[in-house]
Amino acid sequence: MSGLNALKDKIAVIGVGNTQYGNFPGTDEYGLAAQAFGNALTDCGIGKNQIDGMLVSRIPSYVRMGEVLGLNPRWTIPLPAHGRMSGMGIIEAATAIAAGQCEVAALLYANIGRSRRVNYGGDESPGTWDPWGFTSPGAAHALAFRRHMELFGTTTRQLAEVPVSIRYHAGLNPDAVMRTPITIEDHESARFIADPLRLLDYCLINDGAVCLILTSAERARDFAKPPVLISGWGAQDTFSPSSIANFDIDFWYPALGSAGRQAYEMAGITHQDVDALMCYDNFSPTVLFSLEGLGFCKQGESGAFVENGALSLGGRLPVNTDGGHLSNSYMQGWALNVEAVRQLRGECGARQVPDCQVVQYVQATPCTRSIVYTRG
Amino acid sequence: MSDTKPLPRIDTLNKPFWDAARLGKLLLQHCPACGDTRFPPGPVCPQCLAGDQTWIESAGQGTLESWIDMHRAYWDGFKNDLPYRVCLVRLREGPLLVSNLVGPAGNPRLGALVKVVFEATDNEITLPKFALA
Repeated sequence: MSGLNALKDKIAVIGVGNTQYGNFPGTDEYGLAAQAFGNALTDCGIGKNQIDGMLVSRIPSYVRMGEVLGLNPRWTIPLPAHGRMSGMGIIEAATAIAAGQCEVAALLYANIGRSRRVNYGGDESPGTWDPWGFTSPGAAHALAFRRHMELFGTTTRQLAEVPVSIRYHAGLNPDAVMRTPITIEDHESARFIADPLRLLDYCLINDGAVCLILTSAERARDFAKPPVLISGWGAQDTFSPSSIANFDIDFWYPALGSAGRQAYEMAGITHQDVDALMCYDNFSPTVLFSLEGLGFCKQGESGAFVENGALSLGGRLPVNTDGGHLSNSYMQGWALNVEAVRQLRGECGARQVPDCQVVQYVQATPCTRSIVYTRG
Repeated sequence: MSDTKPLPRIDTLNKPFWDAARLGKLLLQHCPACGDTRFPPGPVCPQCLAGDQTWIESAGQGTLESWIDMHRAYWDGFKNDLPYRVCLVRLREGPLLVSNLVGPAGNPRLGALVKVVFEATDNEITLPKFALA
């Protein structure tokens, strides 16, 4: 780990941009990514000719993307559509810059799932267990949450605290897709999709794109906005033994513990220093599992931890202050990393965490990653 | 869209499992070199990387590790079954299987004992399912 720890505070995010979020059948991944790219360039005040690294995720062709944007980088990485690629991609770009493979990298993500009616289940990508009717990532998370209920006594009313707090934040974010406040009772009376999970435990499906621009901390001082430093990161994959997609029988607890420890050690902080947590919330149980794995509470105690609005702005740990995947936008982790940057710059208006110094991103997935951002 | 249910994709690796299921047997891939046992099968043992893998018959007994009730049919063929129960079973031999919990609903609890039952579909496929023991 010592090699990685030397990269603490060496790489910065200098620009962030996103599109509007919604239903845009008139464009595609390239059109949306171009908008986000333009907004990110404006955000940091640089011209596109300064970009010499490009990473794309969920965009069909990196060649076409480069053609559309008029870019001929020195460093290019295409990543698949999975949301776990956000944390992986940011870490890969940071190490590429540290190694000198490029100086200024643009990271591009686009999603057209809403306008193209993506279902995330059934015949889109049948797996081993579809003949038994086990399909969709939500079903896998329901299977994990039922187990958590049985093992630890966690209740769906406790689970409801997650989407209720995150929706509250979306209400403070003028750009969020779903802004009408909800209550625990609304959650408890919503229709089941995969019992014990209900509609309000599921993330949105919407179109949009996100861009982050990274460079070395040294160069970062020259740009329009104060840089946000990447102070630490950690990684742990969980591929075996699991033929069950999006599921881990231990709630990714070992992987989260490992990735979290690496990130805290590299950044020289503990979870007590974290002012806000940006937590991959594809389904609301993921937030509970992440809180336990990172050590914000003991395993099995996340239900009690989140009660009484603990995850809301002003609570003990604000989570997903932009409204997350559940209520802001399904940008598969990328928009959460943008929100981390905006919080540390103090740009978040009504949803701003006061005196925000440290923001942590985490994704509890088969490729578990965590990134610690601090003010430059 | 078809109103039939999705069928397993049978290949050279998993064909013995599906052939045996039609005969009312639950097979698990087994490593003669190190004893590792698993489903779904792989081309090599994930523990010791031995290539020649065989099959053993499971006793068909295990414990209930979780369950859900599906209220949405991502496949049209399941529309008439809603809600249907999916379960996660830890077989006594070690592997985790996803299946359906069938028979009297009862009051399932984590760790409840389950046993395999075989349900023929109309497509020459038999699905191993589980019932409370």
